Amino acid sequence: MQSNRTLELGTGLFVLLGFAALFFLSMQLPQSGLRLTGAKSGYHINAEFDNIGDLKVGAPVTMSGVNMGEVDRIRFDQKTYKAVVGMRIDSQYNQIPDDSFASINTQGLLGGKYIGLSPGGSDTFLKDGSHIDQTQSAIVLENLINKLFASFASKPSDSQSQSTDKEEPKK
Amino acid sequence: MSKVTHGGFLSSGIRKFGAGAIFLAQLLVQSVPALARPRLIVYQIYNAGARSLIIIMLAGLFVGMVLGLQGYNLLQRFGSEDALGTAAALGLLRELGPVITALLFAGRAGTSLTSEIGLMRATDQLVAMEIMAVDPLRYVAAPRFLGGIVAMPLLSGIFNLVGLYGAQLVGVQFMGVDRGSFWSQMQGAVELRDVTEGVIKSLVFGVTCSLIAVNEGYHAEPTAAGVGLATTRTVVASSVLTLLLDLILTAAFL
Repeated sequence: MQSNRTLELGTGLFVLLGFAALFFLSMQLPQSGLRLTGAKSGYHINAEFDNIGDLKVGAPVTMSGVNMGEVDRIRFDQKTYKAVVGMRIDSQYNQIPDDSFASINTQGLLGGKYIGLSPGGSDTFLKDGSHIDQTQSAIVLENLINKLFASFASKPSDSQSQSTDKEEPKK
Repeated sequence: MSKVTHGGFLSSGIRKFGAGAIFLAQLLVQSVPALARPRLIVYQIYNAGARSLIIIMLAGLFVGMVLGLQGYNLLQRFGSEDALGTAAALGLLRELGPVITALLFAGRAGTSLTSEIGLMRATDQLVAMEIMAVDPLRYVAAPRFLGGIVAMPLLSGIFNLVGLYGAQLVGVQFMGVDRGSFWSQMQGAVELRDVTEGVIKSLVFGVTCSLIAVNEGYHAEPTAAGVGLATTRTVVASSVLTLLLDLILTAAFL
């Protein structure tokens, strides 16, 4: 056997490293796990949305497609029944008009949600603790389809009975 | 064990399984008193685990980077390259981490266990122990078996972690996937169940690979050629059984 010191040191390091890896995997990866991310620099702003879809903490905040920060907190306001999304914006982007417009968009066809900011025309800028008033919720595909069907159904309202008759034999 | 070969392929295979199961039972019985000598086990954890660290980390890095490249190439066709983190994490946690770690473990640590014990057999060290009323199962086989079982899940966890950062290196740094999306989508899709699935798999593989390595060494023909053959059999049997068990476990978990 080798000298006991190096043996114990090596084994200890290995076991510690292994458990640290397992701890990280089981704590940091799952949604339910606790996060140990350190605070990053920048300032924080809030926005209320009717529906955030599947927006997640860590999702990017962009303006004109350029990444400016990330979503760092999502909570539910019990009084207004809206989702309050906290965002951290990098401190270099300190000239965003405070009447800017925030919308939740989808990356690509199947991608995740992100927040897109469109600039307003105000002379005063967003600062730490600011609140964005104009927001647009995430587009939920089911609602869109429902609207689509509703518009189909309402247009030929007089011939509705005929169309249902036509569809019957197909089934 | 070469005398078994004329007994027909099927019956010799079944006999081998039976012999392995009996050996596993003996090992488990001897593992309890072996726990009274933790220093022996610690040495085997060092031998099987800490010394395999470099190869595991290197392999994890490369596998993660390949996952990043292939995943990015495939996902960007659908415009959903942000799902790269999810793809890499689930692939590593559920399949690649446990399986590749077990295959590397069989090659790196399993062979050394087999040849070490086989050489002890060939040089009559095991017989000498028995003569001194020292049970070689308890002092030679059981600590190596236990050390392998402890080392495997830890190695697999390290493999997964390094692999994730390898995928992030390629995906985020080279290919320009958004860092926040990479991690947040991953965290949204991965559940604790996926992590435990990987840990259970690697525990099962740890038992399998260590058992095969110790068994082959312990029952190796006491010649130079016999030890060589036993080492080869360790790698072949460990790899095949690992992949077979992976199939069964995956089917059970889904």
